[in-house]
Amino acid sequence: MLSKTNETKSPRNTYGETLVKLGAINPNIVVLDADLSSSTQTCKFAKAYPDRFFNCGIAEQDMMGTAAGLAYEGKTVFASTFAMFATARCLDQIRNTICYSKLNVKIVATHGGITVGEDGASHQALEDISYMRSIPDIRVIVPADCTEVEEVIKYAANTPGPMYIRIPRTNLKTIFDPEKYKFNPGAAVKIRDGKDLTIVSNGETLWEVMEAAKSLHNVGIEADVIHCPVVKPFHHNILKESAIKTKRVVVVENHSIIGGLGSAVCETLGQYAPSKTYRIGIKDTFGQSGEQRQLMDFYGLTDKKIYEKVIKFMDVK
Amino acid sequence: MKKITNKIRADVLKMIHNAKSGHPGGALSSVDILTVLYKKVLNVPKEWDKSPNFKERDRFILSKGHASTALYATLSYFGFFPEKLLMGFRMLGSKLQGHPSSRTKLPGIEVSTGSLGQGLSIGVGIALALRLDNIKSKVFVLMGDGEMQEGSVWESLMNANAKKLDNLVVIIDKNNLQIDGKVQDVKTLEPLDKKLEAFGYKVYSIDGHNYDEIEKTLTEAKKSDKLCAIIANTIKGKGVSFMENNAGWHGKAPKDEELKLALEELNAK
Repeated sequence: MLSKTNETKSPRNTYGETLVKLGAINPNIVVLDADLSSSTQTCKFAKAYPDRFFNCGIAEQDMMGTAAGLAYEGKTVFASTFAMFATARCLDQIRNTICYSKLNVKIVATHGGITVGEDGASHQALEDISYMRSIPDIRVIVPADCTEVEEVIKYAANTPGPMYIRIPRTNLKTIFDPEKYKFNPGAAVKIRDGKDLTIVSNGETLWEVMEAAKSLHNVGIEADVIHCPVVKPFHHNILKESAIKTKRVVVVENHSIIGGLGSAVCETLGQYAPSKTYRIGIKDTFGQSGEQRQLMDFYGLTDKKIYEKVIKFMDVK
Repeated sequence: MKKITNKIRADVLKMIHNAKSGHPGGALSSVDILTVLYKKVLNVPKEWDKSPNFKERDRFILSKGHASTALYATLSYFGFFPEKLLMGFRMLGSKLQGHPSSRTKLPGIEVSTGSLGQGLSIGVGIALALRLDNIKSKVFVLMGDGEMQEGSVWESLMNANAKKLDNLVVIIDKNNLQIDGKVQDVKTLEPLDKKLEAFGYKVYSIDGHNYDEIEKTLTEAKKSDKLCAIIANTIKGKGVSFMENNAGWHGKAPKDEELKLALEELNAK
């Protein structure tokens, strides 16, 4: 399942290319964007199928309503913009128009998380998963590499109902072997077996966690690593088993520690397997401008920082 | 016609009285428009999705979802569902939710609305899909004037023009009142006709309670290959003297005595 080579690829390109592939076999797919098609890479679909692409301009609320209308008529609708503008700006449309009516709209948001970088706080969506996770009838998915992005977009195109799929701006290390990896919407993915603690992650921080786990191994700490691409509906079986075994769970995410994957994990463990937990993410604060890697380091999301935090956490009684 | 609209108005008030809540003012202002639409203008099968012509139906969106009782009573009158369902309005488990819901699969309800300023965007999406699928139906969106204070309305007005939609008709039930008072005092829309013209619309301004005028204009707009907006000048609470032009009746249920008086005025005891 895991890839032997770890080349770096753009998930946005993968998204655009996958849309073009899907557009060729499914004439029912339409794509919307709000003036960011060259960033989200929906421009690839626009070029291939201009009749089925609708640029709604800088008007996200209208885009989501229009997406709903197209879905009411049986279209499979992909609507894209930056995560910051694809969620909070049009939350009412997503809740009351798309989700309440269970419409077949796939919100694929790029530029999720702190790694938007230099644009700073106004563009760094750190709460998008939290907003989306609280709405009934929507699935929330955060893929970790380009192999998974392609799988998830294909899954989205073939599965009715509202979905929120979050993609980062950054290029991603390839984690999963495209020949062998099959996205399973019904379960988390066990990446590594260990006995001393459980580390849960998704999105671009999964790679960092895998690297941190190697460093931990070097000092004799064996981490169970679990990838949870599907944040909602949250599947707890693998997590529960792991937590019962290790009794110590760390969650790492490129998101606020409020309302995202960390919260989903804590809610689940509180009910099924109470454990010592530690959430690594953005601590209830706004982001700031900076280079991507520097920001990751500043907010404690690099493999080195994760390693250091886990070492400290292992001493907590 | 008057008999029909009196009956629908009476049903609106009975439903709201029975539920002890609802929005009589904006429902009553839209009854004449809705009645003409469903009797004379829209091509919508009352068998709804069981009809072989379902796909070719005209689409109607009640963007001002709080006028749900007017739409429910109209649909029931024209045979989309049994009249006995009306008294379930706002009751637990009813298909007749406080605001229209496509989730409950009530025949005649195209889309869910209630949160204002969203119906026109949905209409734009539907109109785009119809054009893609080469279906010649028209999309009619009825919204309130107060609702036009929502910025998203102007986003979608702009988009409909940008996408050159000739299969969309916008109707504005302009009753000049909103919860906090006169639209003009809360946040004026004027000059509304000029704004709509500037947004690329062929604008009609009509008496929203004159059946002939409504029919003539809606029929013309339906045939038109231009994007049309119809400002229907109406009276909030129309048909019940003590409710007319009174913002206080936006979202209040009539008491027993008030219902009795209202039904007398509507010759519908």
